[in-house]
Amino acid sequence: MADTASNDGFVVFDRVQKSYDGETLVVKDLNLSVAKGEFLTMLGPSGSGKTTCLMMLAGFETATHGDIRLGGQPINNIPPHKRGIGMVFQNYALFPHMTVAENLSFPLEVRKIGKSEREAKVKRALDMVQMGDFGGRRPAQLSGGQQQRIALSRALVFEPELVLMDEPLGALDKQLREQMQFEITHLAHELGITTVYVTHDQTEALTMSDNVAVFDDGRIQQLAPPDQLYERPENSFVAQFIGENNTLEGVVTEIKGETCIVQLDDGEILDATPINVSKVGERTQVSIRPERVEYNKERLQKGVHTLKAEVLEFIYMGDIFRTRLRVAGNEDFIIKTRNAPDQDRLQPGQQIEIGWLPTDCRALDA
Amino acid sequence: MSDMTEMSGPVLAADGTPLKRSLNKALRRQKMRALLLISPLLLFIMVSFILPIADMLYRSVENKIVIETLPRSVKALADWDSASGELPQEAVYAAMAADLKDAAEAKTHTKVGTRLNYENPGMSSVFRKTGRKAKKFDLETGGPWKEALIEINEDWADPDVWRTIQTYSPPVTAGYFLNAVDMRVGSDGAEMRPESEQIYMNLLKRTLWMSLLITFSCIVLAYPVAWLLANLPTRQANLLMILVLLPFWTSLLVRTSAWKILLQQQGVINDILVWIGLVSDDARLVIINNQFGTIVAMTHILLPFMILPMYSVMQTIPPTYLRAAKSLGATDWTAFWRVYFPQTIPGIGAGSILVFILAIGYYITPALVGGTKGTFISNQIAFHISTSLNWGLASALGAILLAVVLVLYWAYDKIVGIDNVKLG
Repeated sequence: MADTASNDGFVVFDRVQKSYDGETLVVKDLNLSVAKGEFLTMLGPSGSGKTTCLMMLAGFETATHGDIRLGGQPINNIPPHKRGIGMVFQNYALFPHMTVAENLSFPLEVRKIGKSEREAKVKRALDMVQMGDFGGRRPAQLSGGQQQRIALSRALVFEPELVLMDEPLGALDKQLREQMQFEITHLAHELGITTVYVTHDQTEALTMSDNVAVFDDGRIQQLAPPDQLYERPENSFVAQFIGENNTLEGVVTEIKGETCIVQLDDGEILDATPINVSKVGERTQVSIRPERVEYNKERLQKGVHTLKAEVLEFIYMGDIFRTRLRVAGNEDFIIKTRNAPDQDRLQPGQQIEIGWLPTDCRALDA
Repeated sequence: MSDMTEMSGPVLAADGTPLKRSLNKALRRQKMRALLLISPLLLFIMVSFILPIADMLYRSVENKIVIETLPRSVKALADWDSASGELPQEAVYAAMAADLKDAAEAKTHTKVGTRLNYENPGMSSVFRKTGRKAKKFDLETGGPWKEALIEINEDWADPDVWRTIQTYSPPVTAGYFLNAVDMRVGSDGAEMRPESEQIYMNLLKRTLWMSLLITFSCIVLAYPVAWLLANLPTRQANLLMILVLLPFWTSLLVRTSAWKILLQQQGVINDILVWIGLVSDDARLVIINNQFGTIVAMTHILLPFMILPMYSVMQTIPPTYLRAAKSLGATDWTAFWRVYFPQTIPGIGAGSILVFILAIGYYITPALVGGTKGTFISNQIAFHISTSLNWGLASALGAILLAVVLVLYWAYDKIVGIDNVKLG
């Protein structure tokens, strides 16, 4: 999926490569297609190439090789100011010497839009983010959240079809961030604009996006809707980067159709779904989400293998319990259970048996 | 909480003393220490900056020498009406003879002559010639003094001489200031000097105008350099910074002399122009010992003072502003002019004030490369301090220069706002 770019997307990266120094590639053979109206998030650790991709799309960096197309037109040689792409910057980049209204009016002025129309648009854009009363203030007189809203409405005021956001919520505190996440997605869908959003915060990516492209090492590791990304990671990088994840290492001993048997390094055996293992004898990393691990024998599926585990630590977190286990020599095996009335609380030192549905356990590359 | 809201008087500390006093007491030690730490500098500034300026301001109006050297004549002249056109009475001449005898014995008669000569050329020789004979005056029998003095020097028969003495007899005078703005006290009060004697106002105008030109050329040249400094990668920026600072490590005199070598008629620039055929050998350009030479050399010397404040301001402007402007649809030029440039104005302001104030008082460089047409008012001040020894006039010129700078500073504050000046 990550290797093919359909040509009918609104934004298309076609075999794009980028190098700054002529020796190493920061972006390696990137193919990506974003449909009109889609909210796509580029997620990845720092240095993974996601911001470079965004800057190439905005026109501040040139692609070393390959084509970037916007609405079918190659834009490699179009300067940034002619691309008509709205952009929200990490530190908002509100012009400090202009008032909020002047900031919003700036993109309209450079487009030579008449004064009365300009004022109407500025007012509408401010109302859109509930900042109608702040037009006369300077950016420095606003709080971080307010500045964020102004930056957003400035990027939208000239009605671009594509908006890029470069970690726009990084500087806000948790509560405000969650509120803004909601507001941004809401606005984007309401206005029907295509959004490319860059973040290193996986929660942000999962809650906001239609599709998430996970970047690592200059490549898209997986491009999928949030639920697929979380539940069906295609390789061990994605499995570990998105959400909490338990890994166990071993060797594939048997593959039969949709399931396979993996023998762990200490000799224990478990059932898994083969994802990118293809033959017996291959080394694999088995990935299982903490909330999909079951230790209540009655609820376990009959006939599956179980593993012995020792409880090391029980952490009470309010809505959930988080228990750390030693499983097959791995001392960081985490399970999460809901704080329900009938849920028993495990004690450190307790010996239990754990298991899962083979579909929840994915045998990935080692 | 409850007793706080009930109280209407000052807030009290826990022991009942007013909170303000208690706070002052707590901070007193800190304040004392701060004062002690800055006291050497404070003392130094007092001695080396404030006192000299106060002394200069005082000297520009001080005029005790006449009344101290010629006390009797001043008293006797008080009743004389200078407008009548008649010579004073014999009593005035007698008083003058007595004063001159004392002055000649104390050897102060030439000093008062020099002082009055500033106001009325020729007075110096009157006093010198009369003073030579004054030691032998016999006050009892030498009279009548009117004829005796006129015989020694016929200028004593000129009412103008007496008018000058009368006019400049008070211990405080506006004479130096009038002189500094090309005016003098005539028979009907203050009047402009004849056209041919007017120098200082023109010189002041020229100084201001050339300083403005120098400031402007500094802005034009410094802006791109400061921009490069702020935007190049660190390594190259450091190298460039060394080049900017290099002139500070070279003597001012050497730099100015270098310009002499470059700009003179047989100099490097003229040689090159002749060699490539732009200028014929017998029409070499005159680009030194005039205003052009002063402007070139001073722009070069003052350039770092413009670059550094600009650079420190530009350094704080993140490049994302320009990117943001471009993403909003601005061309490179609009992005620069509407977004980047307004943010650099504090740096331009700081640099301009610095360069302009330095330029207006500059003296070595104009003296060396300015010739006659490219000198500044400071060169006249230096001349009066060290050559003509008319310190009163030098002080008055200095005070005017100081006033002009303060007025410009005030105007700048009104127009641009001094809060908008950033040195870093």
